[in-house]
Amino acid sequence: MTADLMLIWPELILTIGGLITLMLGTFLGDRNVGLYQLSSLLTLAAAVFAVVALFGIETTVFSGTLSVDSFGGFAKLLIYAASFVCIIVAPRFFNGGMRAEYPTLILFAALGMGIMASSRDLMTLYVGLELNSLAAYVLASFMRTDERSSEAGLKYFVLGALASGMLLYGISLLYGFTGTTDFAGIAKVLGGELNIGLIFGIVFVLAGLGFKISAVPFHMWTPDVYEGAPTPVTTFFATAPKVAAMALMTRVVIDAMGPAVGAWQQIIIFLSLASIILGAVGAIGQKNIKRLLAYSSINNVGFMLVGLAAGTQQGVEGVLTYLLVYMLTTLGAFLVVLQLRDADGNQVESIPALAGLSQRRPGLAAAMAVFLFSLAGIPPLFGFWPKYLVFEAAVNANLVPLAVAGIVASVIGAFYYIAIIKTMYFDDKSDTEFPKGGGAIVEDAVITASALWLSVIGYLFIPVLAVLSASAAAVLF
Amino acid sequence: MSGFPILSLMLAVPAIAAIACLFVGDKMSRFVALGATLATFVLGCIMWAQFDIGGAQWQFTERADLFGRFQYALGIDGMALMLIMLSVFLMPLCILASWDAIKSRVGLYMAMFLVMETIMIGVFCAQDLLLFYIFFEAGLIPMYFIIGIWGGANRIYAAFKFFLYTLLGSVLMLIAIIAMIHEAGTTDIPTLLNYDFPVQMQTWLWLAFFASLAVKMPMWPVHTWLPDAHVQAPTAGSMILAGVLLKLGAYGFLRFMMPMFPDASGQLMWIVFGLSMIAVVYTSLVALVQSDMKKLIAYSSVAHMAIVTAGLFAFNQQGIEGALIIMLSHGVVSAALFFCVGVIYDRLHTREIDRYGGLAVNMPAYALFFMLFTMASIGLPGTSGFVGEFLSLAGIYEASSWVAFVCTTGIILGAAYMLYLYRRVVFGELTKDDVKAMADLNPREWTIMVPLAAVALWMGVYPESFLAPMRGDVTTVVARLAPAKPAGDAHLAAGKLKPAAAHGEAAHGSSHAGGVQ
Repeated sequence: MTADLMLIWPELILTIGGLITLMLGTFLGDRNVGLYQLSSLLTLAAAVFAVVALFGIETTVFSGTLSVDSFGGFAKLLIYAASFVCIIVAPRFFNGGMRAEYPTLILFAALGMGIMASSRDLMTLYVGLELNSLAAYVLASFMRTDERSSEAGLKYFVLGALASGMLLYGISLLYGFTGTTDFAGIAKVLGGELNIGLIFGIVFVLAGLGFKISAVPFHMWTPDVYEGAPTPVTTFFATAPKVAAMALMTRVVIDAMGPAVGAWQQIIIFLSLASIILGAVGAIGQKNIKRLLAYSSINNVGFMLVGLAAGTQQGVEGVLTYLLVYMLTTLGAFLVVLQLRDADGNQVESIPALAGLSQRRPGLAAAMAVFLFSLAGIPPLFGFWPKYLVFEAAVNANLVPLAVAGIVASVIGAFYYIAIIKTMYFDDKSDTEFPKGGGAIVEDAVITASALWLSVIGYLFIPVLAVLSASAAAVLF
Repeated sequence: MSGFPILSLMLAVPAIAAIACLFVGDKMSRFVALGATLATFVLGCIMWAQFDIGGAQWQFTERADLFGRFQYALGIDGMALMLIMLSVFLMPLCILASWDAIKSRVGLYMAMFLVMETIMIGVFCAQDLLLFYIFFEAGLIPMYFIIGIWGGANRIYAAFKFFLYTLLGSVLMLIAIIAMIHEAGTTDIPTLLNYDFPVQMQTWLWLAFFASLAVKMPMWPVHTWLPDAHVQAPTAGSMILAGVLLKLGAYGFLRFMMPMFPDASGQLMWIVFGLSMIAVVYTSLVALVQSDMKKLIAYSSVAHMAIVTAGLFAFNQQGIEGALIIMLSHGVVSAALFFCVGVIYDRLHTREIDRYGGLAVNMPAYALFFMLFTMASIGLPGTSGFVGEFLSLAGIYEASSWVAFVCTTGIILGAAYMLYLYRRVVFGELTKDDVKAMADLNPREWTIMVPLAAVALWMGVYPESFLAPMRGDVTTVVARLAPAKPAGDAHLAAGKLKPAAAHGEAAHGSSHAGGVQ
């Protein structure tokens, strides 16, 4: 027991740090923004440190319900880093309305996501998922007085509960027909003959998880929630939970359902193509930049699923690299959105208002252009590389039709990305002014760093990335 | 040769200058861009001087294992050398051509051109398949900005069409590249050039590459983005588009499709011949009825490129050498023609042919240069156009006399539309008042015209300077294609009466042998 506790330091740190932050908020009030922000950031930093310290250990703890491995470690690093940034950027956005709940909830959500990424049992899977989801529902409606925010929270909650129900139903079927909740045990049974109950179980579990990664046709909540939630929360939703849910899905598909390739592969292929195409087509008419980025995240999840559909180690490596690059790009893009304020300091989310941004804020527009071209996967920007990896995995796994369909649909996606660039660069200046200043240095630094990294510099890191993602993916095979 | 990384330097100079242009302000950026492009041109000249004709196939090679999965591998052969020379030669002229015409956001404009130059050099010297693809696709971004920001009234439509059309083609090539890497287990281009892909696979790979390169080329019927892009692009944008970017397609044919998939090339050559024949006749006829000068020259580009593709797929020494010379010649001449349009557009701000007339009276120097480039475009002996067209048509005739017949009508139609254009713009009565007020070439325009004219004449009078570095590479390609080459219908035989005068060219003899089989 004690030995097991020594191996879950990241989770322990987050739990204790989250409780401390909560107590600070309760007893010191909401005025001491700096203090509880600091405590939450320190907690996350310590958790990152703990993950790094545990890197290389491959074992399971608590009777095989939770794994400690580099796959989980990789995902946790991304999750914690994204949470870190989302806490830093919040105070300026909330403009005095920041309360201690915000960092606390993010810490608990991060804890839940860490458990999701390293669970290897249907029970821990569900515990982690719900811990994250409950925190997320509250975060979505964090601006209590804002109608859109409350609506987003409610929508997220209702649809999320529905998805949890489906997931639980699938879990109960799997448990009923295999007699175990352990991933390895399920895999053993699935290696034999499949019956209708098992297939239903697989379908429902994948549907529930598909909701969490917002894959089509379980994506309906995404645009509304992304638009309604406060921007720092949207930034959080678009990054950390995506990483966690995608890691969880990968683990379930490869670890638990691995032997039943025929059963899950078609589902994943369908989710993938539907997400790529609908994510691209749905984005075309959007006028709100947050909604548009929501569709872009649906689209990108589709590409990640291409790698997962391959079901090979190469595919999983592709998914992990994709997650890292996608997370950086999305963080950067949302930070740019956070910086878009008009002369009165109000957030600007309408795309037509961005007209001529390149003349008012050339640096910001250039960074946004880098992020968008990168999301579209146009070389030489680094967003090309993960796309290449997932398509390579698909081609090597003899899924050439999937690769061709996916890549052709990516051209549709390119259309709306370059349409925003057109608005920023080709159109005449809009009436909205975007005065400089007010932004924290950290925000600018993160934007600059990720934009530079996503331009050609990222390619120099491919060897490092390859080693990291290969060691993480090897765990599952 | 000496191990000095001259290619990396040629990539770095414009790239660094591009970043500098963004920060130094509008006035300075013009000088920075001109300085950087001239420096790159000088480097290019040094490289040409150092190039060992008849030496190793790949020279100035550099290799660094920077990216893990693929390599930073550069190196050039004769074809790449000539195309790089074309790019670095046109670049300073493009910068000069936009000196006064571009007034807004000059820093960004110059930066985009310099990025474009880096990308073009990179495409021609990449020795790694993925590195090539990255450069190949990257060209979309600066061109999208150049057309979209500084283009004409309908620039946004043109920019989108250009971007999406070419992207759609390229992504299929990416899938083919992935499949090739999986099959051959390497990304190294020189190795892949000698790898024998299974014949069935070759067909699919060939089609995927064709989808991409035919759009870039552009071949009929996927050429429709070109007239829009040209008409809307600023003068220098058209110069670089016609001068260099159109050559990417043909370069891809010659570098990848033909030597890597020789069997498929042999089987599917009818597609290329068919599309080329249609393109030559159809686009020439379309050019004949244009009322917009830039559109006319754009359609003529499609027609010229069709002769290039037909020449390449003749699979013999003359055909391919001729196609290469047309590429170089068209690079210089069409850039010059677009500049000629730009000169009068700057003065009257219209491209309508009917708005001009009688320019020979008040712009004699301009009329002279325009005449020279018109003649070069038609292919008058003594100009660069003649050498390329004659060689490639001779090559095509060996492969198929019918294709040669149809392609030759393109030359006649070419003369028709170019001379008709020239007559309407330069000759006739000088009646319109605003046209009367137009001044002749200024010193800056002279500076651009003279080098272009000099090269067009040099290539026409002594093409050996340009052919010599490429001859060895063409021989290699022809040898690689020899087993897949279908029998030609021309059955040429060397004249028996004067054996002493027979040139004894290897390709000539082998094609004859091929015909007999």
